[in-house]
Amino acid sequence: MITGAFFLLALFVLPMWNITLEAPQYPDSIGMDIWINKITDHNPNDIKNINLMNHYVGMKPIPEHMREFEIFPWVIGVMSFIGVAIGFIGKKNLYLAWFIVMIILGAAGMYDFYLWEYDYGHNLDPTAAIKIPGQGYQPPLIGRKEILNFTAISRPMSGAYFLFAGILMSLFAYFISKGEELKYEKEEAI
Amino acid sequence: MKTKIKFIASGILLVTIMAVLGCTTQNNGSGALSSNVAERAYVAPGEHDEFYAFVSGGFSGQLSVYGLPSGRLFRVIPVFSVDAEKAYGFNEETKPMLETTFGFIPWDDSHHPDISQTNGEIDGRWVFINANNTPRIARISLETFETEEIIEIPNSAGNHSSSFVTENTEYVVAGTRFSVPVPQQDISIDEYKSNFKGAISFIGIDQESGRMNLDFQILMPGFNYDLAHPGRGKSHGWMFFSTYNTEEANTLLEVNASQNDKDFIAAINWKKAEEYIQQGRFREMETAYAHNVYDESTHMATSTIKRTVKVLDPAELPGLVYFLPTPKSPHGCDVDPTGEYIIGSGKLSAALTAHSFTKMLDAIENERFDGEAYGVPILNYDDVVAGVVEQAGLGPLHTEFDTEGNGYTTFFISSEVVKWKVGTWEVVDRKPTYYSVGHLMIPGGNSRKPFGKYLLAMNKITKDRYLPTGPELTQSAQLYDISGEKMELILDFPTVGEPHYAAGAPADLIAPRSKKFYELDDNNHPYSIKNESEARVERDGNVVHIYMSTIRSHFAPDNIEGIKVGDRVYFHVTNLEQDFDVPHGISMIGANTSELLIMPGQTETFVWEPKKVGVWPFYCTDFCSALHQEMQGYVRVSPRNSDIELSWSLDGE
Repeated sequence: MITGAFFLLALFVLPMWNITLEAPQYPDSIGMDIWINKITDHNPNDIKNINLMNHYVGMKPIPEHMREFEIFPWVIGVMSFIGVAIGFIGKKNLYLAWFIVMIILGAAGMYDFYLWEYDYGHNLDPTAAIKIPGQGYQPPLIGRKEILNFTAISRPMSGAYFLFAGILMSLFAYFISKGEELKYEKEEAI
Repeated sequence: MKTKIKFIASGILLVTIMAVLGCTTQNNGSGALSSNVAERAYVAPGEHDEFYAFVSGGFSGQLSVYGLPSGRLFRVIPVFSVDAEKAYGFNEETKPMLETTFGFIPWDDSHHPDISQTNGEIDGRWVFINANNTPRIARISLETFETEEIIEIPNSAGNHSSSFVTENTEYVVAGTRFSVPVPQQDISIDEYKSNFKGAISFIGIDQESGRMNLDFQILMPGFNYDLAHPGRGKSHGWMFFSTYNTEEANTLLEVNASQNDKDFIAAINWKKAEEYIQQGRFREMETAYAHNVYDESTHMATSTIKRTVKVLDPAELPGLVYFLPTPKSPHGCDVDPTGEYIIGSGKLSAALTAHSFTKMLDAIENERFDGEAYGVPILNYDDVVAGVVEQAGLGPLHTEFDTEGNGYTTFFISSEVVKWKVGTWEVVDRKPTYYSVGHLMIPGGNSRKPFGKYLLAMNKITKDRYLPTGPELTQSAQLYDISGEKMELILDFPTVGEPHYAAGAPADLIAPRSKKFYELDDNNHPYSIKNESEARVERDGNVVHIYMSTIRSHFAPDNIEGIKVGDRVYFHVTNLEQDFDVPHGISMIGANTSELLIMPGQTETFVWEPKKVGVWPFYCTDFCSALHQEMQGYVRVSPRNSDIELSWSLDGE
């Protein structure tokens, strides 16, 4: 349980998500890495080049500041701290509670990510040079999607894997400790 | 059913016979006609060539970059001639590159590219090339494929036996074709003999930056110095120069310089020269030559005049130079990969002479000399010759080598390439060229480590070889596959200008280091701007500086007012892009100069002197993006006495 909670801290040093754009004119592809507190170039100048390309269809530049960048580190920090604390307390039901809260928070995070993607792909500048009626530019939440001449690929990165592992470990911890308790109860029954 | 089988059987038989016949025709026919020959020169769309070939442009003054085996042209690197397409010699940044002590010279005749080497192997850092007419040597970066430096060679005229690189790129040598009075003076041409000298220059190379410095010159007798080759391995430390006109004629050379049965290959011990320099046994001579350097960080060139050169006199310095008698006005002077044999190609002869370096050292040690010329000992032909390739062809010019111990020599008069065995001096194969071949190039074939595989023959005339284009026909190169015992012609391709020589290198030595774009943060051009908010216009008297930026798909600023007739307007344009292959261009209506073609992260400048009142447009000249055609702007030009204030904007801001 404690290890799992510590795994969350990996998000402070590892990127969480990646969106890559592929097209013949970009043989090296261009992409951005999403962290809990920032968005960075996958390769130097990628965000500049994504913005340059997207401005033709009126998409907003990739934000340097978002409200989420301030909230997420706190959420992850606090949840990690609580996780460690309940690990020391050692109450199995608290493990399950932490697991459920993390699943809810994770789902909320993904929903928030979706909302941003929707806005990014649909809230277009009315003065854009290229307008294609009915065309949205929203990147996929996860997986591949063709957007005009680009293939957009959205996938978790190492930070997210640590997050998943941490959450699963809490569930694992819950089952292990439950097993021990059952055994104990059975012995008592005998 | 049986008949059917018979039919099939006879069908198979027929196919077999046809195949056999086909093979026979293939073997007998000219290489270029056989079917799989095309495949060997074919590089499929999207695929890369195996080798780079840097082919000189001769009277175009430039250096072309081709792929081998496809013969596809990738780029023409401007070196000694202005290039309006790339603004070379037109923009303010590169004008100093073409400055000389004779002033700005917009053209030259580029001859012999040579790639830098380490331990006698091609290393792909730089390529050097000589200007023949107004003597200069240029250094081209193989990261940016741009000319980075040009140094003028004083006391030289017709800088032909240049620009050849020593084993570790210690020096690039430059030898004079014409002998001239040194220093120049107003004397009768009839006073040629003994008054004219031939300067051989040793240009030291800084191993980090590649910067060139004219370390010293050797003032040789007044012959013509034609080509040169550095010693390799055991002969490292020596440089060999072919000479002609040892008759020292100064008129009707075609007759008067062709009388001696033998001219010389001059063997220069440059390690000895270094010792003499160390000992101070040189003369510091007053002279003047331009040294032009392009700085990648400021994206600008500067030209400075240097005033002195150290001069060595071989008559006073024993052991510095020896003459090896070599038949009939040798052109090529080539050293095999082991460094043992020095091949002299007597261009008026039918044979090829191979001198032995070991025998040469032995003769020198035992002082077996056959007289001297202007104080330089002449060795005995029989003491130094190792072998002769007899009746190889007519008019041998130039030799390179493969990995299997074969030499390949071009024959101008008999128009062919001849393959022969080093050591046994037997002719192995010969193939015609179309027509009148000059030099040839095998990638690495002039170094200790040839790569073999292909031979590029560079022809002087093409006659009926291509579709005609009026009286002026294309120049051409021909590619031979030399991987087998017999050479096979696999490709003809046209070249830019006249290809005098080429240098080849495996693509994987150069391609991975090729620069993609310039870092904007590293741009130290004094008039660069790093983002649009810095865009502005400043006036200083009648001089106006426009600090402009480009990014897809607009200029900033794109509306400028307050310019007046008689102003001198500098457009300093920075390309803010940071992705590869996104240049922007710009030109102004009526500008008396070329466009600019600005690479990402780079700043370039052109001058415009408005002559007419009105509103005048400028636009992007490189199709940069979907909205390239919208990438444009206006400058309002008012009368000289107008009081309209300077103003500028982009989208009204």
